[in-house]
This record gives sequence, C-alpha cells and structure tokens, in this order.
Amino acid sequence: MRLRKSWIIAAKDLKVIIRKRTVLYTVVMLPLIISILFPVVIELSGQKSGGIPAAYLPVLLSAFAFFYVIIPAIIPTPIASYSIVGEKVEKSLEPLLATPITDGEILLGKSIAAFIPSIAATYAGAAIFMVLMDSLTYSKLGYLYYPNWGMGIILLLLAPLAATLSIEMNVIASSRVSDVRTASQLGALMFIPFVGIYVAGEIGIITLDTNTLLIIAAIMAALVLVLFYISTATFRREEILTKWK
Amino acid sequence: MIDAENLTKKFGNLTAVEDLTFHVDEGEIFGFLGPNGAGKTTTVRMLCCLISKTSGTAKIADYEIGNDADSMKIRKIIGLVPDNVGLYDGLSAYDNLDFYGKLYDCTETQRKENIEKFLKMLGLWDKRDVSAGTFSKGMKQKLAIARALIHEPEILFLDEPTVNLDPESAKTVRDFILELKKEKKTIFLNTHNLDEAQRICDKIGILNTKLMAIGTPKELEGSIGGRKTVIQLDQVNDTILNALKKLSLGNITSDNNKLTIDLENPEKENWAIVNAIVGAGGHIQTVTVLGSTLEDAYLKLVRETK
Repeated sequence: MRLRKSWIIAAKDLKVIIRKRTVLYTVVMLPLIISILFPVVIELSGQKSGGIPAAYLPVLLSAFAFFYVIIPAIIPTPIASYSIVGEKVEKSLEPLLATPITDGEILLGKSIAAFIPSIAATYAGAAIFMVLMDSLTYSKLGYLYYPNWGMGIILLLLAPLAATLSIEMNVIASSRVSDVRTASQLGALMFIPFVGIYVAGEIGIITLDTNTLLIIAAIMAALVLVLFYISTATFRREEILTKWK
Repeated sequence: MIDAENLTKKFGNLTAVEDLTFHVDEGEIFGFLGPNGAGKTTTVRMLCCLISKTSGTAKIADYEIGNDADSMKIRKIIGLVPDNVGLYDGLSAYDNLDFYGKLYDCTETQRKENIEKFLKMLGLWDKRDVSAGTFSKGMKQKLAIARALIHEPEILFLDEPTVNLDPESAKTVRDFILELKKEKKTIFLNTHNLDEAQRICDKIGILNTKLMAIGTPKELEGSIGGRKTVIQLDQVNDTILNALKKLSLGNITSDNNKLTIDLENPEKENWAIVNAIVGAGGHIQTVTVLGSTLEDAYLKLVRETK
C-alpha cells in the first residue's frame, strides 16, 4: 500500500469537507459544547451548599474525561459515512476506481480524511475542557487535576483508537448501503459500546483507572485491525458500480 | 491495441455481454453502437478493469484484463470518461484535474502543463478556478474529458460523451476527439448517436449483447444491401422498360416517369442503365443513387435480435 496515494485522497477529501460547512459544524460543535457544558455543570452544581465536595471532584472529573473517548467515536460519522456513499452520490467513484489505485489506498485515504478533523476537534475540545476545569477546581483541590496519566491515555491512545474504530465502522456501513443517511445511522452505532463502558464505570462494575484504560486500549487496537480487514474485504468495487443506483 | 476474444459478462442469470470478439488498432477510433442495455457500458467497465469478466479474454496493449498485476498497468495507460461524468462539484476545475494528475503520478510540471493545455483546448481555461458544480453539462463533459487525458493515456474510453449536449458543445467534443486521433490516441467510443459514429469512427461495432456486426462505416452500410438508383425521365415507355429488362437488373418500378431500380453496386451498373435508356430514346432529367445508411444497417441488425 502506498501511503502517498492515500494522502492524495485524504487531502482532496479534506478540501471538500472544509467547503461543506454543515459537515464541518457537526464535527466542531459536539466537542465544543461538551467542553464548555461540563465545567458549567461543575460550577453550578450545589452552589447553595458550597459546591461539589473536594473529595468527590476527582471521581467526577475522571468520569467526565471518558467523554473524550465517546466524542471521537461520534464525530467522524458525518465525514466517514459521506466518504464512500458521497462519492457514489456525486457519481465520482467510477473515474476514481479507474485510476491506478488500490481499494486499501482509497479506504485508508478516506479514513485519514475523517480522522484528522475528528481528532483535532477532540483535542481542541479537551484542551478547553482541561483549562476550564483546572481553573474551576484548583481552589478546592489545591492542585491542577489535568493533565494526568488517565487523560494522557485517553487522549493519546483511546481517543485515536475510538475515532479509528468509528471510521472503520462507517466505511464498512458506507460500502454496504447506498445513501448517506443510512450509512450515518449505521456508523453512529459505534459510540454505544463506549457509552456502555462509561455507564459500567459509573455504576461501579468497572473502575476507569489507568490499568483499565490500558486494557480497553489493547482491546480497541485489536478491533481496529479486525475492522480494517473487514472494511477492505467488504469494499467490492464491482458490486458498488453495478448495484448502486 | 485492444483485443477481445469471446469476452462474456454475466450478472447471475443475466447475460450482459456475450462472446465479444473484436480488435482495435492503435490510433483508431472504434465506435461501439447499440441500444440502451446492449452491454456497451459493461464492456467498457470490463476493459477498464472496473468489473470482472465471466469468461473469454481481452488484452489492452498486451496487458490482460482480469490479471491483478496487469490491471494496475492497464489503468495507467487508459483514460475513462464514464457516462456520468463524476466530477467533484465542490472543487474547482483546476483542482479536479490536479487531483487526478497526482493519482496518476504526474509530476507537478507535467500537471501544470497538461491542465493548461487541455483546459485551453476545451475552452475552459478562463473557468479554471470556478467550482465544477456551477458548470453547465457541456462544460462538465469537457472537464471530464480533460480529466481522462491528464496523464496522457494511450487509450481513451468515452462512454456517451456527447449525450445531452447542445449541438455546439457536441461538435466541440467531436472535433476534440478528432484532434486526439491526430495525436495517435486510440479511442473507444460508446455511443448511440449514429451520425456521430459515422462521422468520426474508423471502425464500428454494433452490439446488442452480442456483437452483431463490425466494420468500417462504409462496410456496414453496404453489408445490408438494398441500394437503389432513381432515374427521373421526361417520359417512361415500354421501349425503355424492355431495354432495361435486358440488362438483368434487380427489381424495377415505375411511378410518375420515375424509375427506381434495386442494385447491388450502382457505381458499376449505372452507366449501362443510362446507355440503355438513352439508346431507347429516353430523356434523362436526373440520376440519384440511394444507398442504405448506417442507420438502416443498425436498425436491421438490432431488430433481427429482438
């Protein structure tokens, strides 16, 4: 596989995405809202009774941090689902497939194009979140809660893996259906397992500590490989060209 | 340059293309004529390695379709203009071409030169920075042709390149195809525009799932026979008709002093007819040869398969 070819596809897709304002807003808005909303919740919660107790703050902050695994699982959906189906809608897939490029190079290019804005928006949101949270909780905790190892693992391992898994699911969905909406709906299902992990952490089934996060990262990495294999195997150019109407 | 032998494509129980055998020489414009659903697009897709063949063989410049290693080489030396142009509407004309130039590994200089060359040839240079989405159908079609040529392919596949174009745009595209012929490009043209095929193709194949006929436009016109010589006289009389009967010609009909004679080869037989009429005292006003057209040949062949 030639990475340069994939990058050509990705650069073109990024150019198209930047001009599609609705897609861009969807990617930017969710992390921005969450990054501002959670600090607001912390600020307003229990204001009359002196705010959230300092002992409970780290539990809450580590729970909120897991949202930066859920966010990158959600936001690539509009871009990734548009990737293959969008080419089909614009009928640009046939000339693209006629060029000397492999299926793997096309899919990798499409994945890079969905990954970069998603992860950039997640990181930007996380930066806002950490700064706001630290400024709001420093007086009570007496130290800066962020950055910490947990957030480091989330941002450097889990968030990219979650984004990659979501993109792969979306690419698989895009290859199998013929309209963008269905592809988006199927691709969006990827965030459900992460919400499940979050809920399991909240109700005490698992503890979202550093070790658990590393185990989750290892499982996700294995899934990324499996889904990449499935995504290339399910991308059948002949079927896409002859059966999509 | 293109060699197909018993090329067949089936989709489940449906046979889209059956036993195609043809040869296209280098620098030739080969027209593929056929009604909707005849298998023209399927054939182009097989030859461009976009879909697999069911059986038979086909070679593009000695590379075999269906062979994975050869498929990549074939894609490098061909250009395709599909029936749906498939441009990126959000990108400018220049960016559309530049993207494809990169995919074909053209150098930056090559891309710049070719983009300018083809956009100027097709009258789109002034619109190079305009989004392709705002282009008219004709402009999009021209841009799609420029895209297919960006890497200077040896063989160009054009699937209905003038369909839905206004006469002026269609003429520009046809003239451009003829310009490409001068550059020794091999062109495979899918069309159901008989006039277009007749005007620009060196060889024509008539397809209706099977290849019904193949030859030069002249050969196809002549292949169904049925040519006629029509002679307008001052007056037709029995002496003239008897003189003509002695020549052992085809069917002769007379109507309003106009003789219509079925002939295999009017160019050879007309002088004898004219001599016979003049010899019988007839006064000829006009002599017209009515040949069977490509349209006649096409319709006859297509109807025969129904």
